Amino acid sequence: MTAVEPPLALLAELTHRCPLQCPYCSNPLELDRAAAELDTDTWKRVFDEAARLGVLHVHFSGGEPAARKDLEALVAHCSTRGLYTNLITSAVLIDRSRMQALAAAGLNHVQISFQAHDPANADRIGGYAGGQARKIEVAGYVREAGLQLTVNAVMHRQNLDELDDVIDMAVRLGARRLEVAHVQYYGWALKNRAALMPSRAQLERATATVDSARARLKGTLVIDYVVPDYYARRPKACMGGWGRRFFNVSPSGDVLPCHAASTLPGMRFENVKDRGLREIWYGSAAFERFRGTGWMPEPCRSCDRRETDWGGCRCQAFALTGGVDAVDPACEFSAHHTELVTSAERESAAAAPAFIYRRFGAAVPA
Amino acid sequence: MTHVTLASVPKLAPQIRLRFDEARQRWTLLAPERVLVPDEIAVEILRLCDGEATVEVIARTLAARFEAPPAEVRNDVIEMLQGLVDKGMLVA
Repeated sequence: MTAVEPPLALLAELTHRCPLQCPYCSNPLELDRAAAELDTDTWKRVFDEAARLGVLHVHFSGGEPAARKDLEALVAHCSTRGLYTNLITSAVLIDRSRMQALAAAGLNHVQISFQAHDPANADRIGGYAGGQARKIEVAGYVREAGLQLTVNAVMHRQNLDELDDVIDMAVRLGARRLEVAHVQYYGWALKNRAALMPSRAQLERATATVDSARARLKGTLVIDYVVPDYYARRPKACMGGWGRRFFNVSPSGDVLPCHAASTLPGMRFENVKDRGLREIWYGSAAFERFRGTGWMPEPCRSCDRRETDWGGCRCQAFALTGGVDAVDPACEFSAHHTELVTSAERESAAAAPAFIYRRFGAAVPA
Repeated sequence: MTHVTLASVPKLAPQIRLRFDEARQRWTLLAPERVLVPDEIAVEILRLCDGEATVEVIARTLAARFEAPPAEVRNDVIEMLQGLVDKGMLVA
């Protein structure tokens, strides 16, 4: 058993409030209300503890992190601790003066989510009129402020055919990185799976598009691209392995190995109000539960990729098989893999049902 | 693509940070979604990339510091800097 390493990155989910309603939102189905959110001083203490623990990158996320009025103060605090700061945003709540204030506070990097290239389609998917025009405007403010820009494009059957245009848009906006992020099917996205699942043919076209763009744009734009689980042969190393590099702090202060971990039954996650981050990272049962390879079932345990895939995604394994220790069905060695591929092919071939938009209360009861 | 020459004046690209990582006791280069761990020599070179010194000056400083033949050091420095320019970590 290898020693537990200090974490590299903290995903700080400042709030679950968000003006957009994307049907694949990564937040849990039961969202934290504003009254439950950590206050400014508690967040500052969390960042102090994270820096001492060895965290190098802080990702401000949500919901929409700019919904917090203290965002600038939190960025400034991280900056004084030497933490590299990234704002993951929908951009629609940010104007020019706020971007300048964030840059002055020491913000390093901004990642703007785009729902599509076509404005009408983008605004329909995000459930927010005028969103696309605003995002393009704010991307200009990011560059003007001298910050690094990443375009994050969540892709699925209803926008995948716009990928060429999305890539051109990222270049035009001055982004150095583009994340072509296929929807991951947990939580809201699992509820909307049939409306989002691309066909295999769509996926193959997208992969070819990325391959040719990478060659064409070498030195201009880095494209991060991962094949979606349902058409892959091996699972992704979710979070680079459970409790290995990352952790997530929820708006109310729960410390999670990944943002979806609260969907797993029988887990008790500790809260920053009760315990220090160091004790939670090194000593909590939740972080120990799927760390390393000792918890793995066969064939994972003896697989030569066990320290590459780290057993894939626990949330997906549970959601699709009912077993938290089960082999991730994205793996071709899972007994559920064929069923997974068949369901993806069937759903993507049928007409897309209407979206269930992400809203407080929209998905409860499940 | 920028080609690093002896006359280039390299410096860290905007929003790239070189800092000492206390928890792991090593230098790191921080960039969006990336952490690079430069080796000891690379750190020496990076700390000389102040936006004023040319590659020629940087190589001469290092050659003196390590008592190494200047011609050899020049090639090593150019190669290392070119790699970081290609990765978007440096501008030259």
